Amino acid sequence: MPEIHQFFQQLINGIALGGMYALIALGYTMVYGIVELINFAHGDVYTLGSYFSLSILALIPLSRYTGGWQLWLIASCVIVLAALLCGIVGVLIERLAYRRLRNAPRLAPLITAIGVSLILENLMQIWKGTSEVPFPQFLPGGLGVPDNVFVVAGVGIHERALIVVVVSILAMLALNLLVFRTKLGTAMRATAQDRDAAQLMGININGTIAWTFFIGAALAGVAGFISGIYYGTTFFLNGYQAGLKAFTAAVLGGIGNITGAMLGGFLIGIVEAMTSQYISDQWTSVVVFSILILILVFRPSGLLGEQVPEKV
Amino acid sequence: MSAPILSLSGVEAYYGRIQALRGLSLDVGEGEIVALIGANGAGKTTTLRTISGLLAPARGSINLFGESIVGMRADQIVRKGIVQSPEGRRIFPRLTVLENLRLGAYARTDRAIAGDFDRVLSLFPRLGERLKQKGGTLSGGEQQMLAIGRALMAGPKVLLLDEPSLGLSPILVDTIFNVIADVNRSGVPILLIEQNARKALQVAARGYVLETGTIVKSGPAATLLADDDVRKAYLGED
Ligand SMILES: Nc1ncnc2c1ncn2[C@@H]1O[C@H](COP(=O)(O)OP(=O)(O)O)[C@@H](O)[C@H]1O
Ligand SMILES: [Mg+2]
Repeated sequence: MPEIHQFFQQLINGIALGGMYALIALGYTMVYGIVELINFAHGDVYTLGSYFSLSILALIPLSRYTGGWQLWLIASCVIVLAALLCGIVGVLIERLAYRRLRNAPRLAPLITAIGVSLILENLMQIWKGTSEVPFPQFLPGGLGVPDNVFVVAGVGIHERALIVVVVSILAMLALNLLVFRTKLGTAMRATAQDRDAAQLMGININGTIAWTFFIGAALAGVAGFISGIYYGTTFFLNGYQAGLKAFTAAVLGGIGNITGAMLGGFLIGIVEAMTSQYISDQWTSVVVFSILILILVFRPSGLLGEQVPEKV
Repeated sequence: MSAPILSLSGVEAYYGRIQALRGLSLDVGEGEIVALIGANGAGKTTTLRTISGLLAPARGSINLFGESIVGMRADQIVRKGIVQSPEGRRIFPRLTVLENLRLGAYARTDRAIAGDFDRVLSLFPRLGERLKQKGGTLSGGEQQMLAIGRALMAGPKVLLLDEPSLGLSPILVDTIFNVIADVNRSGVPILLIEQNARKALQVAARGYVLETGTIVKSGPAATLLADDDVRKAYLGED
């Protein structure tokens, strides 16, 4: 394959990967924006998203003959349900673990977050074991039907990659509408900027914070579903690495900044794809986390963050 | 004075172990402006934070229209009609002026919001020219207008103002005091905290003097303006 085609091929892979990172990064950044907490359990909620999807799919009699619009209908339902369930988990985590620590010294919620992460990982381990779990790749053509590849100017585009990109962009558009065009979104941004002043507007900040956890976790749930479709497999520790990379993306974009999380997600995805192409698969984590360290040292506010990082 | 609209009695409040309010009592009656004056650190802001439910009183009662509001959440108290424009303006710097004003009416569902919006813009025409701008880009005076405008958007039954003229130019101070008088004429009782004790007592019907968390003097504003101790301590005269 010519050099340039290979480059574009990896660019597309990177964008697909980046879409998933962006969806996860949004949860980190929104939660940080509103309660200044790095929710280390967030990556595991992403894994839960693929686990929930699996369990829902198990209830649906999918066969190799299910096709066409039925597949898309099933996919939509699974996405919505998985997002909803993850959202509920996110709310429960906030309610049970973080809320009472809201005014505690910073280390306490941080350690709690790591604890919640371990609990989720162990629960998933009990749930589906310690080996990789196959995920039914029923999109786009039906169960067991191989993925279509479009060839555009010599570059092959897998339909699955396209689905990942389209779904993640749709979810991000919906989030933008919600955050920047609705009353709840305005309340979230106000609470992130000044909690007391927000209360003086009549905003119930507990409710607003709960909604923020819900939305962030729901987006991770969407990412969990599409990662299952994309990779055809899932694993109880998937969220550990993916979470750290998405966290890097959030920091790269400017933690607390929604647009920054999306930008950072795509950048990290592309960097990872390029690293695996031009350096080595084994070096991707090293490169990504080196980026994290470099930002933290040289530009802690990230690409789009102001000196005082822009919140939600 | 008829039955008070807002009434505090024996209120004590703490920051951790530091007692900031020591048995504070005050009333705000129908349609009146009440000035609360006192030195820095006397507890004026704490009084307003306690009324608004941002700080829970350890003891004492706070009643609105005779009903206790102690223990209610801050957002519930706003819904009851007690609206505060806090010290330091506390506008949302990264929201637009329009979004800030809309948030003022966050708790409302009635149909008079549009009318109040027009009224705020006619009181502060400058805000109307800057609706699309981020709050943080406004000048100090404009931010104060926004903070008061935002509070008016809530349709207050009682308005609490914490140092609305702090740091403003003399012309802007006059603008703000004119608006305070104007809002009050429309029937809204106001509890006013001011650095500028003279101006506050001139616009108020009654006043309270706060020292280290307790009221040491109260009475008609004119009496306080003529009081020797008050003149020495708060009006800068010998
Ligand atoms: N967040 C806080 N934590 C601890 N002490 C505080 C806090 N806020 C105010 N205080 C103390 O409470 C007292 C009253 O403060 P405040 O109500 O702000 O006074 P004022 O508004 O009259 O200047 C002061 O002694 C102040 O130092
Ligand atoms: Mg004060």
